[in-house]
Amino acid sequence: MELKKPQQLELLYFMRLTRSLEDRLDNLLKQGKIVGGLFRSLGQEATAVGSAYALDRTHGDIVSPLTRDLGAMLVMGARPREVFAQYLARGTSPSGGRDQNIHFTDLKRGFIGTISPLGTLVAVMNGVVLAAKMQQKKTVGMVYIGDGATSTGVFHEAANFAAVQNLPLVIIAENNGFAYSTPTTKQMKVLNLTDRGKAYGMTTEIVDGNDALAVYKSSRRAVERARNGGGPTMIEAKTFRMRGHAAHDNQSYVPKDVLEYWRKRDPIAYLEKELTQKKVASLGEIEDVARKVAKVLDADLAWAESQPPPAPDSALGDVYAEDGGGSAGTKVASSRSEG
Amino acid sequence: MAAITLLEAIRQGMWEEMERDDRVFMLGEDIGVYGGAFKVTEGFSERFGAERVIDTPISESAIVGAACGAAMMGLRPVAEMQFIDFISCCFDILTNYAAKSRYRQGIGIPIVVRGPCGGGVHGGPFHSQNVESFFLNTPGLKMVEPSTPYDAKGLIKAAIRDEDPVLFFEHKLLYRNPKIKQEVPADDYIVPIGKAAIRREGRDVSIITYGAMVYTALDAAERLQQEGIDAEVIDLRSLLPFDREAIVESVKKTSKVIILHEATRTGGMAGELTAVINEEAFDYLDGPILRVTSIDTPVPYAPPLEEFFLPSVDKVLKAARSLAAY
Repeated sequence: MELKKPQQLELLYFMRLTRSLEDRLDNLLKQGKIVGGLFRSLGQEATAVGSAYALDRTHGDIVSPLTRDLGAMLVMGARPREVFAQYLARGTSPSGGRDQNIHFTDLKRGFIGTISPLGTLVAVMNGVVLAAKMQQKKTVGMVYIGDGATSTGVFHEAANFAAVQNLPLVIIAENNGFAYSTPTTKQMKVLNLTDRGKAYGMTTEIVDGNDALAVYKSSRRAVERARNGGGPTMIEAKTFRMRGHAAHDNQSYVPKDVLEYWRKRDPIAYLEKELTQKKVASLGEIEDVARKVAKVLDADLAWAESQPPPAPDSALGDVYAEDGGGSAGTKVASSRSEG
Repeated sequence: MAAITLLEAIRQGMWEEMERDDRVFMLGEDIGVYGGAFKVTEGFSERFGAERVIDTPISESAIVGAACGAAMMGLRPVAEMQFIDFISCCFDILTNYAAKSRYRQGIGIPIVVRGPCGGGVHGGPFHSQNVESFFLNTPGLKMVEPSTPYDAKGLIKAAIRDEDPVLFFEHKLLYRNPKIKQEVPADDYIVPIGKAAIRREGRDVSIITYGAMVYTALDAAERLQQEGIDAEVIDLRSLLPFDREAIVESVKKTSKVIILHEATRTGGMAGELTAVINEEAFDYLDGPILRVTSIDTPVPYAPPLEEFFLPSVDKVLKAARSLAAY
């Protein structure tokens, strides 16, 4: 369970990749090239990367990240060029310009994109692991929920369902202090998100969400528990959102001293310090990580910017299967025939 | 071969699909040992086991959410709503997840969400609704509602085999109605989604309808015959997509149209069908398209109120007579 040096450096790589990719997205937004919103995960990189890193694709493990879990997508093999192309609304993006940001899915690589109504994917991920269980696989699912979305009805239905069915699911509850502008004190009367998980009879753990190695260890325990029939676990990662909800939000509602407290606990600086102080890696090796990240992003951004926008009429199609599958004869003209 | 009820036909269709394809499984409230509130799944748990006939908490979003996830992994879930009214509790999953998945992420969601619909049984405002209009405006969903045992079996099989999410509406009044019992083939067959059926040929007026209202239309047609009006009755069977061709063909033949449905009036199927007829067969019309529907209120409980609320043979006759004047 202890991560070796190359793996610890890889954690750092994915965290740096997340942050630098989002820095570049920030620039693209300022240049007016991103047509939609930008939802950064600044300050939360350790939670996303450390948790997803505990999954095992040899068992077919699958993750469903939130918008602020870009790092989890990257761990599973999503490429920066795909993310750039999504934000830039290019025709060759994974969704062909039909959906935005990291709302994209690849079952082969093991990630299922989220949708904007929050909590929905917890219910969907129940089905993913229920199916795997029925197919006699050892697959574990991991799904993320924010402090705000633990107040949705579907979250409670799905958490209860997972517990009752003893499903191999790990719920990473990211407590980043605010749901848009609403602090957790206005979200719930209980102190911890895990209190909500406990109510359904699932194992819970609280972890420092800015400590990547701690998040990894906690997640790994939960993944093994799930794989061995121990049912769902809810891990609360205490972290902080260092930007507003989206780029337009200046976060004026967050007290300055709170921001300052968390700035000193930056997850990347924290991991770098840990690696150098424990002499796991040299400063040179840590600088190499940043160089490697920059190289990948240079190439991928250049590719994405060279891609064409989607053809307008590619808005048509893929609403239904072309032949209706087994219900032969179901030629679905739908609204398409009228353009 | 014995004649069977519509309920038994749905059972047979699902039973055969469960036998034929081990990817098919069911989930819902009280569907296991108890066999479902209407006993549609009675005996399934004994035959197929609790793993394929899953009793769930009262959590429609969790039920349909789990169905979506399992479908993404290659299974064929059939989710039961104890009453179709409760489908509103999982509106988000159906409209935002199931319906959009193929379009935005290239992954079809082959699920069936089925349940008892309709009034006339004094079920009151929460056990009597017809919900098709809530979903008609959602590209990506399909909807079917059988009126005969033959169609019920063929359509449930088609729905289970379909690559996209299908809402399957079962009218409670038809479940055990002995008058509509039918012999159905023992051989495997499906009724294709998207195809209407002509229940009665006629020359003078088309009554376009579906579900239990098919029988209201047929009763009205018998009475109209005595008055010298020859009505055609079209049973849509599929509500989304609906059979434009069959509708337009019938309108071309009769030039007069009544659209009859049990769902309430404003924003109902009839409005959409009227628009399609206007767009595709306006030149053939010889009078206004008339709607016979329930009134725009919740479904009331007391028998005199519910009778007032629902469409009836008399209301169809009145519409047909007024059309005959054109």
